[in-house]
Amino acid sequence: MSIFQRLAGLLIWLFLRRRGPAPRRTERPDARARIVPDGQPAPRAELAVVALLCLAALSAIAFVVVYAVDSIPDQTQYLGLALGGSFAFLAAALIVTGRHLVVTEHVEREYGEPHPHAARQVAQVVEESGGRMRRGRLLAMGAGAAATALLVAVVTPIASLGPVLDVERFTRTPWRRGRRLVDDAGRPIAAADVRSSEFITAYPEHADREQMGAPVVLVRLDPATLHLPQGRAGWAPGGILAYSKICTHAGCAIALYRSPLFRPTDGKPGLVCPCHYSTFDPATGGTVVYGPAGRPLPQLPLSIDRRGHLRAAGNFSGPVGPSWWGVRNRKAST
Amino acid sequence: MVGRAKPQGVDVIEKPVRALDERSHTAPLALRALRYVFPDHWSFLLGEVALYAFIVLVATGTYLALFFDPSTAPVVYHGSYGPLDGAHMSQAYRSAIHLSFDVKAGLLMRQTHHWAADVFVAAIALHLMRIVFTGAFRKPRELTYYIGLTILGLALLEGYIGYSMVDDLLSGMGLAIGYGVALSIPLIGANVAALIWGGPFPGAPAFWSRMYVAHVFMLPLVIAALIGIHLFLVSSLHHTQFRGRGATEKRLRGVPAFPGQAPRSLGLMFAVFAALFLLGGLVQINPIWLWGPYHVADGTNGAQPDWYLGWLIGALRLMPGFDITVAGRTLVPNPFWGGILFPTFVFGLLFLWPSLERLISGDRRTHNLLDRPRDAPWRTAFATAVLTWLFVIFVAGSADRAYVLLGWSYQTQIEVYRVLIFVLPVAAFWLARRICVELLRNEDVVRDREDAETEARAAAQLD
Repeated sequence: MSIFQRLAGLLIWLFLRRRGPAPRRTERPDARARIVPDGQPAPRAELAVVALLCLAALSAIAFVVVYAVDSIPDQTQYLGLALGGSFAFLAAALIVTGRHLVVTEHVEREYGEPHPHAARQVAQVVEESGGRMRRGRLLAMGAGAAATALLVAVVTPIASLGPVLDVERFTRTPWRRGRRLVDDAGRPIAAADVRSSEFITAYPEHADREQMGAPVVLVRLDPATLHLPQGRAGWAPGGILAYSKICTHAGCAIALYRSPLFRPTDGKPGLVCPCHYSTFDPATGGTVVYGPAGRPLPQLPLSIDRRGHLRAAGNFSGPVGPSWWGVRNRKAST
Repeated sequence: MVGRAKPQGVDVIEKPVRALDERSHTAPLALRALRYVFPDHWSFLLGEVALYAFIVLVATGTYLALFFDPSTAPVVYHGSYGPLDGAHMSQAYRSAIHLSFDVKAGLLMRQTHHWAADVFVAAIALHLMRIVFTGAFRKPRELTYYIGLTILGLALLEGYIGYSMVDDLLSGMGLAIGYGVALSIPLIGANVAALIWGGPFPGAPAFWSRMYVAHVFMLPLVIAALIGIHLFLVSSLHHTQFRGRGATEKRLRGVPAFPGQAPRSLGLMFAVFAALFLLGGLVQINPIWLWGPYHVADGTNGAQPDWYLGWLIGALRLMPGFDITVAGRTLVPNPFWGGILFPTFVFGLLFLWPSLERLISGDRRTHNLLDRPRDAPWRTAFATAVLTWLFVIFVAGSADRAYVLLGWSYQTQIEVYRVLIFVLPVAAFWLARRICVELLRNEDVVRDREDAETEARAAAQLD
């Protein structure tokens, strides 16, 4: 019987019964010992449960109505209200039933004990099952060899997921000497467009932007304040610096530029990753000044062409992105 | 080796068993499981074959899901299979081609998966025949039987969705037929199709998500749960058994799970694995690259579904062409007869079989002993007739292939099959019943003779 049929039955019974309490059911003639103890009737709790069940039903019907009628505004809210309400009324009905309507009793039972006898029998069955075997060790070794080899065999095709051994692709970037830097809309970026205290995201022209090696951040600093590592002379024409936009800690995008225009300020600008707040100093070649990153940001050497547009003068100073076992003994590749 | 003596064998086993029991209290359960009794007859292994095929299906299917991309996004193929270079296709089909040619072991897994599906349904069908012909469905095992039938129905659907979502030419043709059958449901057909496909054929892109989640999650989960309940019921009621050798309705006689049955069942399991991977590696099945991608305007002659849907193709082809219309309104479109009513009738008959037999025979007793087919001539005859009927319809489904291979006129074949579906079941009924009766009569004769011989020997000794 469905809950609705029960509900209907209950309602009909409530409607039809005479006023006054229903006659107590008489003791069963065979007078079997009870399993569940007797209890006092609770007519008010019963009525409350019936009412709650009716509300649950109405609320569920309301869900169907709200779903079906397109003109009702704020559907999401009403749908959630109706379905959540229905479950809430059902929960309330069961809580009232549990507290006031079912017979409450406390029963006891023993914890189980271990079964040393059965365990011995299990061991005995296993032991005696090998009664005909005279070369147990040899059989076990054979079984072990077959099982191990077969296990390795069925796991091997997982290697097709890779290419497992091709890690050189992790160092690849789309940057090479002469490739122009373009903005979001694909327009080339003029050196004059990069103003100090600004922070521009640039991409390689005619290349896939959705690879970690693609995006760079552009900032302009006073050339006098730069202390780039050795060998990076001429990487920052006019004080314009380009760094990989991908944090070397966990691969988030460096989306924040802490320029020294607001307080508190230590006077130094910083490229900040919003995931775990690794902060890199653009003036010193992207070295880590704060946070969990373990490697400086890779720097992209820049040049300015005759029309004043920014171009890459080579690839990054190192592989882009989070650290892995080969990141320090490999160069960025194309 | 110096020092300690080797530990006694029993200790090596008993110590971990005891340790486990102290932490789980399951030693009595383990003991019962180890000594669970299996009847000693090969026909009880058919269901096991299905179970092992299901394991292969889950394993290979999981592997395929690591590479298959159920997307309708249109792409142009430029992969390693030259003949399809430049073909317009869905991403789903491209990823299936890719996993067949460019993923190591990919084609092995795909073909093994397909073979396993065919074997899974075949094993269930044979298992079902064993159950019907021996009366194993009788009280108290009706629930086990209904669950088994449900698994069979879901397996058919699961297989159909599986080869449909690859989106090769045959997938699309099969889906188009499925769409036509869905549309043919009286009164609500168009709405059912709209609900499932998300619009007119070939449907919304989300239809592919629906097939995919149904094929790799919902249906396997339900099938696995039903297999679990099926096996629980089998073990809690214990197996049935054939008569003879001290078997009675009260006592089951057979081989214990351990050690007797374990190597047999495990051996069968590895034999099934072996057969399926050998088939998958050595015998080509569903070479999707030959079919090409599906487009609504494309079709091919001689298309055949997997064997387990052959009966439905046959029914669709045998049905004379008419729609039932009432006052200009279409009440019953033609595909309904073969595509909906026919399988509903067959499954309905199978589901009602235990009740019908109880009704007709009046037998409400509990049965643990099986009938041999000859022991119940009427049941055997009727089941044979139904099976013959289904088989004729199944064969009618490949009339086009028979035309190509043997040159038999398609139209004539269909005319003949339309007669045979009525004649052959009747003949099969009569023949099966006759064989059963004769076999029983022969047993009587043999028994009489043996009795007489024993008597004669006894008399001779007395002399």
